[in-house]
Amino acid sequence: MNPTNYLVLASVLFTLGAMTVLLRRNAVIAFMGVELMLNASNLALVHLSRHHGDLQGQVLAFFVMVVAAAEVVVGLAIIVAIFKTRRSASVDDADLLKG
Amino acid sequence: MPDVEALAPALVAVPLAAAALLLVLGRAADRWGHWLAVLASWAAFVVGAVLALDLLGRPAEERVVDVTVGRWFDAGSLAVDAGIRLDPLSITFVLLVTFVGSLIHVYSVAYMAHDRDRRRFFAYLNLFVAAMLLLVLADSYLLLFVGWEGVGLASYLLIGFWNHRTPYAVAGKKAFVANRVGDIGLLVAMGLLLAHVGALDFASVDAAARSGALSEGTLTAVGLMLLLAACGKSAQFPLQSWLGDAMAGPTPVSALIHAATMVTAGVYLVVRSASVFDGAPTAQLVVVVVGAITLVFGAVVGCAKDDLKKALAASTMSQIGYMMLAAGLGPVGYAYAIFHLVTHGFFKAGMFLGAGSVMHAMDDEVDMRRFGGLARLLPVTAVTFGLGWLAILGVPPFAGFFSKDGIIEAAFVPVEGAPWRAWVFGLVALLGAGVTAFYMSRLFFMTFAGRRRWSDGHDEGRGTAPAPAGAHPVGTPAPVHHPHEAPLLMVVPMVVLAIGSAVLGLVLATRGFTTWLEPVTGHAEHEEPVLPVPVIIAATLVVVAAGLALAALRYARDEVPVVPPVGTALTRAARVDLYQDAVNDAALVEPGTHLTRTLVFADRAAVDGAAVGVGALTVRAGTAARRAQTGLVRSYAATTLLGVVVLGGVVLALGS
Repeated sequence: MNPTNYLVLASVLFTLGAMTVLLRRNAVIAFMGVELMLNASNLALVHLSRHHGDLQGQVLAFFVMVVAAAEVVVGLAIIVAIFKTRRSASVDDADLLKG
Repeated sequence: MPDVEALAPALVAVPLAAAALLLVLGRAADRWGHWLAVLASWAAFVVGAVLALDLLGRPAEERVVDVTVGRWFDAGSLAVDAGIRLDPLSITFVLLVTFVGSLIHVYSVAYMAHDRDRRRFFAYLNLFVAAMLLLVLADSYLLLFVGWEGVGLASYLLIGFWNHRTPYAVAGKKAFVANRVGDIGLLVAMGLLLAHVGALDFASVDAAARSGALSEGTLTAVGLMLLLAACGKSAQFPLQSWLGDAMAGPTPVSALIHAATMVTAGVYLVVRSASVFDGAPTAQLVVVVVGAITLVFGAVVGCAKDDLKKALAASTMSQIGYMMLAAGLGPVGYAYAIFHLVTHGFFKAGMFLGAGSVMHAMDDEVDMRRFGGLARLLPVTAVTFGLGWLAILGVPPFAGFFSKDGIIEAAFVPVEGAPWRAWVFGLVALLGAGVTAFYMSRLFFMTFAGRRRWSDGHDEGRGTAPAPAGAHPVGTPAPVHHPHEAPLLMVVPMVVLAIGSAVLGLVLATRGFTTWLEPVTGHAEHEEPVLPVPVIIAATLVVVAAGLALAALRYARDEVPVVPPVGTALTRAARVDLYQDAVNDAALVEPGTHLTRTLVFADRAAVDGAAVGVGALTVRAGTAARRAQTGLVRSYAATTLLGVVVLGGVVLALGS
């Protein structure tokens, strides 16, 4: 199989995730987009690791997973807290940082 | 006697402590505060008298005693000790200040009896006495400067004592500012001495000046700066304009500070710096010229003033001009300058107290054209004032005759290489005596002689009160007064000062006052004036008699108009102090105001503009940058993504 296909797939997944983050208002959906971007980059890392024949990329992919797990915990907690106070999960409603 | 000199610091400390106590205790001391002040002043006099007796008991060459009080401060290589110098000059001043000062304290107890701030007044008086004693007792220019500023402060506080009246407060400020100008001179002189001698105590400066270690140029510069200081403090030309306005203060203040003591500090400074001036003939000449100008200036102004106190102030200015002239003559004049200073302290203080008594009797009226015929109603005041008047005229055997005649003789002593000086300054001093006789007699006759130009409210029909037809303009009836002699507390000091005016000159002259000062002023060989002494004395007496006679004709025999006549151009000029205030305004105040306005404008436009501009720029930049902060998470994410893409592009472009 053409090794470029893995990279194309990773790019497509990453773009989908980025678009989700940028375009969807629901915080949970946006969050899923972030996960998708992380996993797209994991795919690229693992593929390139195998392609180059060393383990660095795979080790890095494990780190990304650990960080993603931690991020999910914190991120979901924040989303729940925002939902409790504002009765809304829309990221556009929480604009207190507007200058 | 064992260490009487150790008492010397008490001279300053006692009045200072009393002043501090009175100010700190506030209204709690209202009932007895004035007596504490009187006591402190007399205590200083007693200490001064003890020290004077101690000095008198020593042989002449041991009559300079330095008492070191302690290290004042160290500044790098400069170590300054605070010390007191007791010598005939300082002790003479101590006795004058404490004796006249104490009498005036006593007088003020009655004079200020109805003033609710009498305690504060006495605190300031004691502060003044302490500062003046520090000034004359200091053994270095630096400590002298502390006293110098102290008397300036006390003078300011007392001129503006009734500061609820704006003109009085302004007069105090004017005196303070004029004094500041002089102080610059003293500061610069001290700087010069520090640079060239490395010390500021009189002993080191004297040694350096007498040994020739200082060039004549340096001595001249120091001398001129000291003269500037003296001009400020002693109201000499061109810094004399404050003295007339200083009469805004209560009359005892005018007597003590602006006649007898503080204004003589400039003469003291010149005599104290004799070693500097002796080595700088140019500076001496300037001192003489300043003295001569002020002498004439004050005399001319004195002839035109109708305000009793201001006429006396002009006379003070003129008499201090005599002292300055004498002090500038060098060793022949120093002793007579101090001699005249002492006798003047007595007779001028006496006359000011007399003026206070007249004002007390006439409800604070000071216009002499509204007086007249007061001798019968205020006999004691008239007699005591009269003795002071005869003393200032220089009528023998009253005090002024001995001191002023000494100055006139000294002025006639020829100076090597400049024969014109003896004639010019001698004649100025001689004619000044004549003018003095005229204006002082005018003052005396207008106040005490002639017909009444006021009313006591009972004398309609008796024909005495209404002045001759035409004297009063329509609508201004003669003021109603009920003159009465002053209380005993005011009369006694006047009597004592009058006795001093009468006999002090004779006593001091026969007891060798001029030789007593020799440890300080140096011995002066007797030199013959350009005219024989009897001729000078006779000429002086003739001129004085002429001035007296003219005044008697015009102000005792003729009716004095209640409304001032228009007068000649000179009279009109003299009434406004020969345009001194106008000149000061035009030469200093106006340019100063313009300079200030320009500076304020420049400050607003440039400095403030720059500061405000930077601020405004920051605000505008902030407003622009604020737009980027939308608060929308997704826009932040888009920005991040854009950044990553750009960075990636850069990496790709550079990496290839």
